[in-house]
Amino acid sequence: MEALAVQALAGLASASSLFLVASGLTVIFGVSRIVNFAHGSLYMLGAYLAWTFVSHGPLAELGGFWGFWGGVLLAALCVGALGAALEMTVLRRIYHAPELFQLLATFALVLIVQDVALLLWGADDKFGPRAPLLRGAVEILGLRFPRYELFLIAVGPVVLGLLWLLFHRTRFGILLRAATQDREMVSALGVDQRLLFTAVFFLGAALAGLGGALQLPREAVTLHMDMAIIVEAFVVVVIGGLGSLPGAFLAALLIGELHAFGILVFPRITLVLVFLVMAVVLVLRPHGLLGAPPGAPPASEQAPPLPRPLPRGLRLATLGALAALLLAAPFLGDYPLILLADFAVFILFAASLHLIMGPGGMASFGHAAYFGAGAYAAGLLLRHLAAPMEMGLLLAPFAAGLVGLLFGWFCVRLSGVYAAMLTLAFAQIAWSVAFQWVEVTGGDNGLLGIWPSDWARGKLAFFYLSAALCGLGVWLLRRAIHAPFGLALRAQRDSALRAEAIGIDAFRIRWLAFAYAAAFAGLAGALFAFGKGSVFPTYLAIPRSVDALLMVLLGGVQTVSGPILGAIAYAGLQEQLARVTELWRLLLGLVILALVLFFPRGLAGALAQWGEKRA
Amino acid sequence: MLAVEGLHAHYGRAHILHGVSLTVAAGEVLCLLGRNGAGKSTTMKAIMGLVPPSAGTVRLEGGRLEGGRLEGRDLAGQPPHAIARAGLGYVPEERRIFTGLTVLENLEVGRRPARPGLAPWTPERLFALFPSLGGMRHRPAGRMSGGEQQMLTIARTLMGNPRLLLLDEPSEGLAPVVVERMAEAILALKAEGLSILLSEQNLAFAGAVGDRACILETGTPRQTLPMPALMRDAALRARYLSV
Repeated sequence: MEALAVQALAGLASASSLFLVASGLTVIFGVSRIVNFAHGSLYMLGAYLAWTFVSHGPLAELGGFWGFWGGVLLAALCVGALGAALEMTVLRRIYHAPELFQLLATFALVLIVQDVALLLWGADDKFGPRAPLLRGAVEILGLRFPRYELFLIAVGPVVLGLLWLLFHRTRFGILLRAATQDREMVSALGVDQRLLFTAVFFLGAALAGLGGALQLPREAVTLHMDMAIIVEAFVVVVIGGLGSLPGAFLAALLIGELHAFGILVFPRITLVLVFLVMAVVLVLRPHGLLGAPPGAPPASEQAPPLPRPLPRGLRLATLGALAALLLAAPFLGDYPLILLADFAVFILFAASLHLIMGPGGMASFGHAAYFGAGAYAAGLLLRHLAAPMEMGLLLAPFAAGLVGLLFGWFCVRLSGVYAAMLTLAFAQIAWSVAFQWVEVTGGDNGLLGIWPSDWARGKLAFFYLSAALCGLGVWLLRRAIHAPFGLALRAQRDSALRAEAIGIDAFRIRWLAFAYAAAFAGLAGALFAFGKGSVFPTYLAIPRSVDALLMVLLGGVQTVSGPILGAIAYAGLQEQLARVTELWRLLLGLVILALVLFFPRGLAGALAQWGEKRA
Repeated sequence: MLAVEGLHAHYGRAHILHGVSLTVAAGEVLCLLGRNGAGKSTTMKAIMGLVPPSAGTVRLEGGRLEGGRLEGRDLAGQPPHAIARAGLGYVPEERRIFTGLTVLENLEVGRRPARPGLAPWTPERLFALFPSLGGMRHRPAGRMSGGEQQMLTIARTLMGNPRLLLLDEPSEGLAPVVVERMAEAILALKAEGLSILLSEQNLAFAGAVGDRACILETGTPRQTLPMPALMRDAALRARYLSV
């Protein structure tokens, strides 16, 4: 009994830290509508900066109370200033870009911060000192409980209270709440939006920085802090309802306690528990616990352009290049052939996601689930039933399609960020199954020896096989976009209400499109498995979903050829940069950022524009 | 007071305004009339910078403007907040009140510094103008009737102490008795010396408050004439306004 009470207190302490980060995320989203992927990076920078201030320089020499707490506050302010600077230099230019494009930009910031932190602080973990005045433990119900954890428990409600006062008792807060609902109207009333946005980024970033800095006495500062916290913070914000501070607080409590007790009951699947809870909440309350349905999109938002074929010259050039590649393949070495087969797989993977995102108008952050489902289907068939490659390649799309039907039934009911988060949740659940069901999937060791049939074992034959199947898949996906089915899909994207009024079952169309796309992702996954000879849980993990997302966004969401170009550009860049330099994340981030700022319609969009101008 | 010349505006590739020119004299109510889709709301939005005009000029003359920076200068192409600060107050057709904020908080969002030579608007003065708002200062604006919301949206814009008010269809969707009260409020504002550009579909309402009428058709001004002249000219009304 006493142990449970102490466990509950520990849950409250981690809930506080989570709330600090999530509150910043939700405040920024509320006003700017930007889903800030880089928020976890700001949290990590807060921790690193606090470590530096506390253990080096004048504050460290001062030592004692101010040496520590001054360092923590200074770190929070520095991160706030950095957030404001990022808003002024980068984010301000993309407020009118589509939601997912903004996400791409903030993801680029994640990559950049990763390498910058590595350069500045090195790869080894950093340990901070204990907090002055809060050392040691107190006795609660006969058990010892750290003082610092008690302090953290108080920080959450105090910050919530201060934020409430800020939002309800100051002019700045009232303007922020008004801007959350209708920022154009606020500017028509004479309020300079730019100042408001910069200020809100300062506030949100400072909260993240504070959250990170306060971790210093609790845990080591590492380069993995950013991704670990951002996923949880997203979950909290989404469960609470985007833009709702009390909702974020409630959700942080829920997740904090879930972790604390989940460890006692199901130590190995706490992460799945978290995502399961999120899935349940979103299915029951599509806008989170305390969230309001999003208002009408701002008037400046324009309908996406119609998908149009590339200009004739460009199309001929593309087909020519493809033909030349197929003819030249026999003269290439093994390494280029492996690379080209990978490219074919990525193109199909990206094209399948594009169907959901472009014509479908839905976002998926968990597309790797279907890629992995296909790979595992093929791998398991070979391992447990000794089914040959041909059978695996034939059945993988059906397996992935079934998974898509199951997950999609939940996901396509929601829209925007909520739908994206639910897809992420299901992908994480699928990942955990692959990771933890060791008896069947081999767990972390994966399935090895998943080799192609004899005739396709040569690199050249396998490249031709990949190219043929991926070409077929891409062709079928494009057919779907231009078929009546694709028209209905685009109609419900542009206005679900009007589409329903003319007899289109929007839910069913979205659901089928989701499963159709999942099937082709599965085919890509199965090919990838045979190409590598193995299947690992990483095939379903978040980074692979992000890869697909980046490929589609880089290429341009609203162009049919976009995912193809995007896949080549992204996979090629990553490959080349990783070979040339250790700092490939930094360079890739900068390249993505440049693309977002200068080619807001993606690569294919930019090419089409260039073609139009010349024509 | 306000001089608009050759204003053009586009929505995407659709060309909506084809050179709108109009002037509003100090203390005058100019009614922008025309059928649905004639470009009345777009004219308002283009003047306010909410739909950036592709050509044309917008000048606000007279008096000292805030900081004097935009005095007599072309407002076209400026961001909306700068145009609002220069002295234009915009009341949108869809009302767009902040539903999560209380009445007083809505007014606070609109508050701007007083202008020299003009008595500044305060919540108390506005509650005298719209008595029904005074009884619900702390009510969330989302829980108000359509008429009350319409009054709140005008009151909110007045808190910015505008020199000229752009009123987009204030009578739309209101009960007849509320429309009457709205007309009284507009006449009271006019008596204070405020200039008003009013877009309307309700001809009786426009006739009751307007001094002159500017008739729009397919984004082009067709005729500008004194209100009484329009009320007498049935042929003109039939040609441009009746449906």
